[in-house]
Amino acid sequence: MIEVRLFATLRDGRGKVLQMDPAVISTAGDILQKLEIPAETVAILLINGFHSKPENPVQDGDVVSLFPPVGGG
Amino acid sequence: MSGAYYEKIARINLTTGEIKTEQLDLDLAHKFIGGRGLGTKILYDEGVATVDPLSPENKLVYITGPMTGSNSPSSGRYMVVTKSPLTGMIACANSGGIWGAKLKFAGWDALIVEGVAPDWTYINIVDDKIELLDAREYLGVLSEEIDDRLKEKHGADASVLNIGPAGEKQVLLAAVMNDKDRAAGRSGTGAVMGSKKLKAIVVKATRKQLDIIADVEALKEANKNCLKIMSGNALTGEGLRALGTASLVNIINGIGALPTKNWQESYCPTADEFSGETLAEKYLVKPGACYHCPIACGRIIKHDDKVIGGPEYEPLWAYGSDCGNDDLYTINEANRLCNEYGLDAIGVPCTIAAAMELYQRGYIKEEDCGGVPLEWGSKEALTEWTKRMGDPQTELEWLMSSGSARLCEAYGHPEYSMSVKKQEIPAYDARAIQGIGINYATANCGAAHVRGYMIAPEVVGIPVQLDRTVTEEKAVWAKTFQDLTSVIDSMGTCLFTSFALGAPEYASLLNAATGTAWTPEELLEIGDRIFNIERMFNKAAGMKPEDDRLPKRLLEEPISNGPSKGMVNKLSVTLPQYYEARGWVNAFPTDETLKKLGLDECVGK
Repeated sequence: MIEVRLFATLRDGRGKVLQMDPAVISTAGDILQKLEIPAETVAILLINGFHSKPENPVQDGDVVSLFPPVGGG
Repeated sequence: MSGAYYEKIARINLTTGEIKTEQLDLDLAHKFIGGRGLGTKILYDEGVATVDPLSPENKLVYITGPMTGSNSPSSGRYMVVTKSPLTGMIACANSGGIWGAKLKFAGWDALIVEGVAPDWTYINIVDDKIELLDAREYLGVLSEEIDDRLKEKHGADASVLNIGPAGEKQVLLAAVMNDKDRAAGRSGTGAVMGSKKLKAIVVKATRKQLDIIADVEALKEANKNCLKIMSGNALTGEGLRALGTASLVNIINGIGALPTKNWQESYCPTADEFSGETLAEKYLVKPGACYHCPIACGRIIKHDDKVIGGPEYEPLWAYGSDCGNDDLYTINEANRLCNEYGLDAIGVPCTIAAAMELYQRGYIKEEDCGGVPLEWGSKEALTEWTKRMGDPQTELEWLMSSGSARLCEAYGHPEYSMSVKKQEIPAYDARAIQGIGINYATANCGAAHVRGYMIAPEVVGIPVQLDRTVTEEKAVWAKTFQDLTSVIDSMGTCLFTSFALGAPEYASLLNAATGTAWTPEELLEIGDRIFNIERMFNKAAGMKPEDDRLPKRLLEEPISNGPSKGMVNKLSVTLPQYYEARGWVNAFPTDETLKKLGLDECVGK
């Protein structure tokens, strides 16, 4: 399975952590589409902790984290 | 008087009680802008670098910038500039709230406080009138109560800056507090106030806004443009208002850069328990804003039966994963105690984390702990040891209140102090984020994230997304961020505006307010000058090239868990590149660099 972790406002109505079937997902962009998350609302997309883009491939066992704009220390 | 400066500095000698009004040197003000830059220049010229930081010879400069109190966005900052007793180098602790703006409204660009009072004193300022009053009744009182009582005495429209019990006892991690929950937190500025028997500074002003602007129409236009950019920016427009700086907990953990158990690990599986999301869900009452700030990153939270200022990202991390704790209520309480005792909410929990590692390894014994063992994640240890560090009695309490460097040195294991120049490192693991390591190693105030916030490009993607794992070009980025930050701090503007604004916007604000005509490039050169005068202060104070360093753990112990497992910081690659970019040799500017920056007075020093 692919683990999708959602943060901040992206959790609204979707939950915190979702498991998705790798058979129907080939890129991070597919996840956004399935969850009806407009790409422009995602400021940071991590695959296994590394900054990635919607076109990057994902596979079974990956952890995908999606953040709206966050920052400031 | 000319734009944005009232051209007045009060020099207050606490030994003699003499209060003098001095004319601000306007050329110098333009050359160093104000705030951090001008404050450091004043102390450098007055020979403060070589004095004992806790002696009467040290000086405290409370200084605003030209934008402080203006109607520009996020322009309420003031700085406490002094020689730090924690680092032995320059300290410039920066704070928001309303106090700095009120100091400016009262007509003062800066206060220079010298000497030591015969007995505990506070300064009362009402416009151009300054008096010294008896502060003995406030001894031992917690910071918020002092604020309430002084407001009761001087009026609700007064703004109060004070030190809690920690500053009184000259604890090296003592902060200067203002407006209850705002702190000029780092480098032990509160201890310097304590050493002068100065308990508080109360300010009242008839003026409600900075009213000497060089070009009112131009500033109106610049403000409009900046506000438009800021409101359209996802972070300054809504992101920081929604979750505050606390939003960083999950992203920094997500990339495997959230130091855990004194940096023995860098990923915390339960970080969401103390994240911005959970803080908002369980405790947030509303966002809080400093003077004239549209960002409103502050957290106003419900805590027991009170509504108080809540924790920023730094204490959430430091009292959270760094101490092996994920209980958010405990973090809120410990953060409250830092505000009440007047303590650095980064330095204190990071020192507790170092003590917990010394305990884990058997160097600190259970019998030394006064009934509260320093066990990872112990809620009681976090709150009780914070109180003890704010009002130390035993030898261990005193050691811990002096910071992790002195603590770990005393136990013969300096390698467990995660500090640079004896100041604790903030919440981003520099093994997983290469560029921030350059900033930690070289910041003149000791380890700091807010002197060159490389997290913006390396993690958050502002202004562009850099690869956090590589060293290429990071030296030049770090230098540029440090220079721009020096400008923003000196203007009296909040650094958070820089998530949206750049050098051209800052030039437009400053030029309109002060009547200067700096280009963005010239402004960055002023930033470079400010960074270099700080470095020359440190050189005079005895800084050595080896002080630009990172703890061994970051250089030699690969990250042990999480997404960034196996990484180390490559400072040996980036530091020479950084020195080259700065025009420095062996950590200090060459004479040629000093001349180029107009620092001829430092040549040959």
